[in-house]
Amino acid sequence: MPSILSISGVSKTYATGFTALKQVNLDIERGEIFALLGPNGAGKTTLISIVCGIVNRSSGTVTVDGNDINKDYRAARSLIGLVPQELTIDAFESVWATVNYSRGLFGKPANPAFVEKVLRDLSLWDKKDAKAITLSGGMKRRLMIAKALSHEPRVLFLDEPTAGVDVELRQDMWEMVRRLREDGVTIILTTHYIEEAEAMADRVGVISRGEIILVERKAELMRKLGRKQMTLELRAPLASVPEALSRYALELSGDGNQLTYTYDNQSDRPGVASLIRDLEAAGIQFRDLDTKNSSLEEIFVNLLRQEP
Amino acid sequence: MNLRAVWAIYRVEMARAFRTVLQSIISPVISTSLYFVVFGSAIGSRITEIDGISYGAFIVPGLIMLSLLTQSISNASFAIYFPKFVGSIYELLSAPVSYLEIVIAYVGGAATKSIILGLIILATASLFVPLRIEHPFWMLAFLILTAVTFSLFGFIIGIWAKSFEQLQLVPLLIVTPLTFLGGSFYSIHMLPGIWKTITLFNPVVYLISGFRWSFYGKADVSVGVSLGMTLVFLIVCIGIVAWIFKTGYRLRN
Repeated sequence: MPSILSISGVSKTYATGFTALKQVNLDIERGEIFALLGPNGAGKTTLISIVCGIVNRSSGTVTVDGNDINKDYRAARSLIGLVPQELTIDAFESVWATVNYSRGLFGKPANPAFVEKVLRDLSLWDKKDAKAITLSGGMKRRLMIAKALSHEPRVLFLDEPTAGVDVELRQDMWEMVRRLREDGVTIILTTHYIEEAEAMADRVGVISRGEIILVERKAELMRKLGRKQMTLELRAPLASVPEALSRYALELSGDGNQLTYTYDNQSDRPGVASLIRDLEAAGIQFRDLDTKNSSLEEIFVNLLRQEP
Repeated sequence: MNLRAVWAIYRVEMARAFRTVLQSIISPVISTSLYFVVFGSAIGSRITEIDGISYGAFIVPGLIMLSLLTQSISNASFAIYFPKFVGSIYELLSAPVSYLEIVIAYVGGAATKSIILGLIILATASLFVPLRIEHPFWMLAFLILTAVTFSLFGFIIGIWAKSFEQLQLVPLLIVTPLTFLGGSFYSIHMLPGIWKTITLFNPVVYLISGFRWSFYGKADVSVGVSLGMTLVFLIVCIGIVAWIFKTGYRLRN
């Protein structure tokens, strides 16, 4: 199936001389959730802005469902909804007016029933007559999403959707993203929260200093990286790991006070329970235990470290 | 043509005017009334007539032009500068709208507001002085042409401006002086020789002269020249706007 968004050889150098993107190639599959990860200033927002027509690129081509973003900009842009990172809304407009404005701006005929549904889905319906300026931060974020969804996009960009958002809204947002995906909407989200990518994405791309350094199915990535470590703080130091526990490949710390067990958390039988039983049987007592998810976070950090 | 988008933008712009009715409509009416009290009554009682027209009536076209120019510029420049300032312009830039549609919507909105304002001032003026309009068609033509031209000019300023200070700079330092020196309150024939010549370099002279002609049939410069100058300014503004959009100047960089 042809990709819904195709970015090839896209570079951007700003007037200041700063090169934000270097020869970026990226294909987004129809209907997937793609997470673009990267530290601040890596070029995530610049890339999105180019696709959406907010920033002119220096070179390269971008097509959305086969429509070139310059030659067929109307067709290309009609397909795209954008929820930018910053909360930028005309503060004096009412929720209802501003969402309908967005729909009109994208050339869609008025459809109050649809707009009502969008607002209800985002728990904004009872605020429909409120001016944007009176909304809380979370509500404003919802409003930005409502504006982007008002024109029924087929591709939705969420630029740092959960930055500064409380847990409840984050859950709601993920729920919404899943619903949209069920309707066949392709979703591209940028984030520097790894958990977000882990929870949502089908594929993950990592961008650093304007270059895409990795694109991988999340499942594949997690298989490679989905390792977990459990560290036990022992009551009494051990001289060596008892023979009875050898099958766990435990690591003993230098002072003999910590045992570390590395296991695959994707597996059905990670062996944590049996290890604890066996420790008890061997008469080893521990004060505390700590588990650490290496997963995406670590590979991400490692990847970025490898960068020159 | 994405007419729905044009309509959506236009409607928001008009809604803004009604939301700020005090600032948009009432304050210009009050300031115009003040001009009548000060210039029309206090000074006018000493000047009595210019070109056979009572002074109070003589200044009406100039006063309307004064408001038309400043309001067209401030409406249009603010309309495009504000979304740039708060960042909500992202939506406009990401929408399937052409440059032409953006200009039609914003400039149309700004021009509509200043035309309504001009007509309100005209109505206010008629309460103070006896008015006659000899060429109503041309009166409207000048009104619309000027409103559109200066809304375009304001649009350019709004895109160029990087701060609120710059936004105010051009209207304050250039347009207001040019309007005051452009024959709003006097006929340029009243000026001594050299000043009369210098005044002819002021484009506003032609706007006011032509507009006044549509009222009283008397003009400082010929109507054809007035119309020509207005059109030239219009074309220059269209040219600059076209260049801005072609290059993405201060919008897509």
